[in-house]
Amino acid sequence: MSESFYLFSDGELKRKDNVLRMTAPDGNFKDIKVNMTRDIYLFGEVSLNTKALNYAGQLSIPIHIFNFYGFYTGSFFPKETSVSGKLLVEQVMHYSEDSKRLKIAKAFIEAASYNILRNIRYYNERNRDLENTINEIKNLRNGIESAGDIKSLMGVEGSIRKVYYECWTSIIKQEVDFEKRVKRPPDNMVNTLISFVNSLIYTSCLSEIYVTQLNPTVSYLHSPGERRFSLCLDISEIFKPLIGDRLIFSLLNRNMITEKDFEKDSNYFYLKDTGRKKILMEYDESMNRTIKHKELGRNVSYRHLIRLECYKLIKHLMGDKEYEGFKIWW
Amino acid sequence: MICLRITGTMFYYYFVCQRKLWYFVNNITLEQENENVLLGKLIDESSYGREDKQVLIDETVNVDFIKDWKVLHEVKKSKSIEEASMWQVKYYIYFLRQRGIKIEKGVLDYPKIKQRKEVLLTKQDEKEIEEILHSIEKIVIQEKSPEVIDSKICRACAYYEFCYI
Repeated sequence: MSESFYLFSDGELKRKDNVLRMTAPDGNFKDIKVNMTRDIYLFGEVSLNTKALNYAGQLSIPIHIFNFYGFYTGSFFPKETSVSGKLLVEQVMHYSEDSKRLKIAKAFIEAASYNILRNIRYYNERNRDLENTINEIKNLRNGIESAGDIKSLMGVEGSIRKVYYECWTSIIKQEVDFEKRVKRPPDNMVNTLISFVNSLIYTSCLSEIYVTQLNPTVSYLHSPGERRFSLCLDISEIFKPLIGDRLIFSLLNRNMITEKDFEKDSNYFYLKDTGRKKILMEYDESMNRTIKHKELGRNVSYRHLIRLECYKLIKHLMGDKEYEGFKIWW
Repeated sequence: MICLRITGTMFYYYFVCQRKLWYFVNNITLEQENENVLLGKLIDESSYGREDKQVLIDETVNVDFIKDWKVLHEVKKSKSIEEASMWQVKYYIYFLRQRGIKIEKGVLDYPKIKQRKEVLLTKQDEKEIEEILHSIEKIVIQEKSPEVIDSKICRACAYYEFCYI
């Protein structure tokens, strides 16, 4: 079993014999069990040397870095050890041929919007009165199949998200000032939460893609180059409703995260360390939560569902089985 | 005949599962996290410490170890799929003999259960190996992967989730 390590303290991350050691300014240190490490998240101000990076690279451990405000900066992404020329060629061919690209992109939106719908239905059954939202999204979803190109598909996706976010104030029991999704910079606490949690999902997708032979820079829904690893954006679309949004609802509705976890003067832009830690604890827990997979007949964790999604995509690209995005079935 | 480097692993996979063989040659490898594979690696590292191990011949086959260039050894974790292991060893003998190395016999070592099994290469086997090499080439150049074999050995395979999702 491999683990993600989330490091909050400031200090130095160095190789010490055959471990990676994080030493805080007061001399306290923590050794990271490298054999068990899937990836490392750095939230504090950390000095690293090339010796540490070389070691992480040798062990194929990605390091995800977040800035002072808790926003994702980037990843140290070790050299790809498992590459497949045939798969890369197929991945690119499916990108450059419009009809093939659109097919995959549609599968992503199809699944993502289905999962969004499931979230709303869940809260509708809990007396949030979201019938209208459900119908609106159902209608919008009809546009996915008929979308003739990526641009109009993205338009459908945008409209679905808009309707979806509009109902968040009814889902969230806390008094929140959330009208619509705003990025760069987020202007209220829900937006800040979405940004933070989505970046976590993005990095998890990156870590999972990394162990497969997929090339993370070639994507279908998002244009390659939108971010360095745009395939992570594609795949995270599917898991944002299942993992991210549900996490945000539960954090807010159980009052685990409140205004107190944000710096008020930052206009709720800055999440305090304590808040970030609470979110990460819950995030890690939900990623490790397992379900019995109906096709495999095995227990798999939410995190592993991301890996399985990569497998499905590989099978599609290799002409093995048509890709269908993951849909919540429980 | 196309010039293809056929490794022992490929030969072994031919008998285990041709779909796995196809994905393996196309570099879709899923073994690195599989517990059985990790265990196999540990067993390999921790046994026969006195021998020169992992002898790579002609940049193609990687034999576990060879005693005095006469007896060739292949270390296995368990006896499951022994048929395939035997053919793998036979192929090694064939491959080395072709390169003028006078291998007398092969041995399958099972350090975990403290057993071993001798493997000999007959004239008949040699013929069969040549046919198999042809079949392997055919599979490798196939555009699409062979079907899932749906066998009880799938459950322990590193490709299980990949094949059955």
